[in-house]
Amino acid sequence: MRQLAPLTAYLDGIGLLGPGIGDWPSGALVLTGGTPYVPQSTVLPTPGALPAAERRRTGSIVKLALAVGFEATSRAGVDPATLPSVFCSSGADGQNCHEICEVLASSERQLSPTRFHNSVHNAAAGYWSIATGATPASSALCAFDASFAAGLLEALVQVVVDRTAVLLIAYDASYPQPLHAKRPIADAFAVALVLAPEARAASSARLTATFTDASTDRIPEPQIEALRSSIPAARCLPLLRRLARRETGCAVIDYLDTQRLAVEVVPC
Amino acid sequence: MSAAAPVARSQTDMTALVLTAFTATSCIGRGRLEMLTKLKEEHTGLARCAFESLDLDTHVGEVSGVDAVRLPDGLREFACRNNRLALLGLGQDGFTEAVAQSVSRWGRRRVGVFLGTSTSGILETELAYRHRDPVSGALPDSFQYRGTHNSFSLAAFVRQLLQLEGPAAVVCSACSSSAKVFGTARRMIAAGLIDAALVGGVDSLCLTTLYGFHSLQLVSRTPCRPFDVARDGISIGEAAAFALLEPLPASLDADAVMLLGVGESSDAYHMSAPHPEGRGARAAMLQALASADLEPTAIDYINLHGTGTPSNDSAESRAVAAVLGASVPGSSTKGATGHTLGAAGALEAVICALAMQHGFMPGGLNTTQIDPALGIRYLRENRRGRVARVMSNSFGFGGSNCSLVFGQAG
Repeated sequence: MRQLAPLTAYLDGIGLLGPGIGDWPSGALVLTGGTPYVPQSTVLPTPGALPAAERRRTGSIVKLALAVGFEATSRAGVDPATLPSVFCSSGADGQNCHEICEVLASSERQLSPTRFHNSVHNAAAGYWSIATGATPASSALCAFDASFAAGLLEALVQVVVDRTAVLLIAYDASYPQPLHAKRPIADAFAVALVLAPEARAASSARLTATFTDASTDRIPEPQIEALRSSIPAARCLPLLRRLARRETGCAVIDYLDTQRLAVEVVPC
Repeated sequence: MSAAAPVARSQTDMTALVLTAFTATSCIGRGRLEMLTKLKEEHTGLARCAFESLDLDTHVGEVSGVDAVRLPDGLREFACRNNRLALLGLGQDGFTEAVAQSVSRWGRRRVGVFLGTSTSGILETELAYRHRDPVSGALPDSFQYRGTHNSFSLAAFVRQLLQLEGPAAVVCSACSSSAKVFGTARRMIAAGLIDAALVGGVDSLCLTTLYGFHSLQLVSRTPCRPFDVARDGISIGEAAAFALLEPLPASLDADAVMLLGVGESSDAYHMSAPHPEGRGARAAMLQALASADLEPTAIDYINLHGTGTPSNDSAESRAVAAVLGASVPGSSTKGATGHTLGAAGALEAVICALAMQHGFMPGGLNTTQIDPALGIRYLRENRRGRVARVMSNSFGFGGSNCSLVFGQAG
């Protein structure tokens, strides 16, 4: 077996959006206990960066992903056009999928072209590259409830192997009924991390990931733990809680049935 | 192969990997021998669409006998056309046995699973929507979201079937999906997280893609004619294609096939149309050459994305002419297999491997008059001869591009 380089990256920016959480500072305040968590439906902003024609065509999932991407790159002080990106989501656009299935179950079967191209799992990645002009590689991954950890792993591997800064965007939104009953995702939630190979002025922490057999960290606050366990992208919350508290230590997050991902956080 | 690369600094850590095993199942056959025979006979697998309840006047590349495939007991939650096709494909060419040998070499946790699909088992959901409860609207109790609909279902099924415990993900970037898995696997191996990877792609016929591409007026009524002056769209196919990637052993058979280079880019242009100048395609091809440390002249054959839509073939030909020049022989094998979407990258990687091992370049079928506006050397008929280095292009919706370079040891 070969000696591994540690799977380490510096965190230069975070974007966050979820139920009762409008951005990373407000989420950090909740995660440090500085303010009580008040669950409210996720409020999605309009993606101003997209051309009007594309903006009209986007669903909530794209608004969600773009919002955190812009927040994270802005906090990192990097031009989003320069970054390769990793998008990860368990189900991408569930509303759009539902509407396609309804049409296909009808006698008409006339799909709208926009609905069809929005159905691809990498739609958010496509709109992101159009909005930002980013031409580097973009990956679109799915690993069911492990989607955040799978995306983080892919992003860290790109940082370490390709020696490049990478933008990770993990995002999930609810399916409408009847799919919601089969795959209950509570609400829309997205997180974005700008990860880089070297420390910079913007770097707030050094992250090092390893596989572990330890069990996943739960969040002590019941309402935030409910959020963590009810949306795949929110499986990042043990990591974000440690980052918000600027604590040195390890966050164990959900990965596959066979192993978890331990992320060591060292604030800088 | 680890010399410094001029474009992507990244690839300096990368070494070539060997495809220890590979297999594909599509409308031109189950496994390599059937596929090789059909390719050598220049036989298309496309036929008039009689799939499910479709009322579209088109041709498809349907794999026969998929519905008859039975999943093992204990894995029934994964029952859907996509996973049946995956199982059918894994059963060919001793592929599962090769994976078992890899596990004994490296350990269960050291073999990753990275597979591409665009629609996974969505057909099950489409059918379930026809059987909703008339009062509540609920889907039938028998409908299993996790094992069928979710994109990860494919990798979860393969991991459980083959008892693999390493890292896994499904790459879901439309028609570049199962080309990009080669990049993901290569990075994971370079990072030392795994020693080997099962990569590939499985996509199966469903209503979403058939009616969806139809809504975009991108589906041909006739068997698709890539690079033809009268090309008018794609023919949709389905396939399961897999490769086992491992580090180079101390000695390599002369006909061993290696993954030499990977290039990935984004168009940043349009959701469902390529950049007209092939900007992203060009970047992916240049990066693939750089990561393989090869000059453009080293490429003997290019397996084109070549979907048969006016815009793809036009944009791709510009990119190919700009990167490789106008004289490198190329063809699209989608006239034989149809466009297998999320499985296309892996299927065409297997075709490239067969082309190298058997010394021929597959001609592009159905094309009668090459579009003179597309200034590349398009092969309409098989050509015999040594093929030592090949490039394969895969481009997808959302402007997702991936080019792969494969080579032979000898």
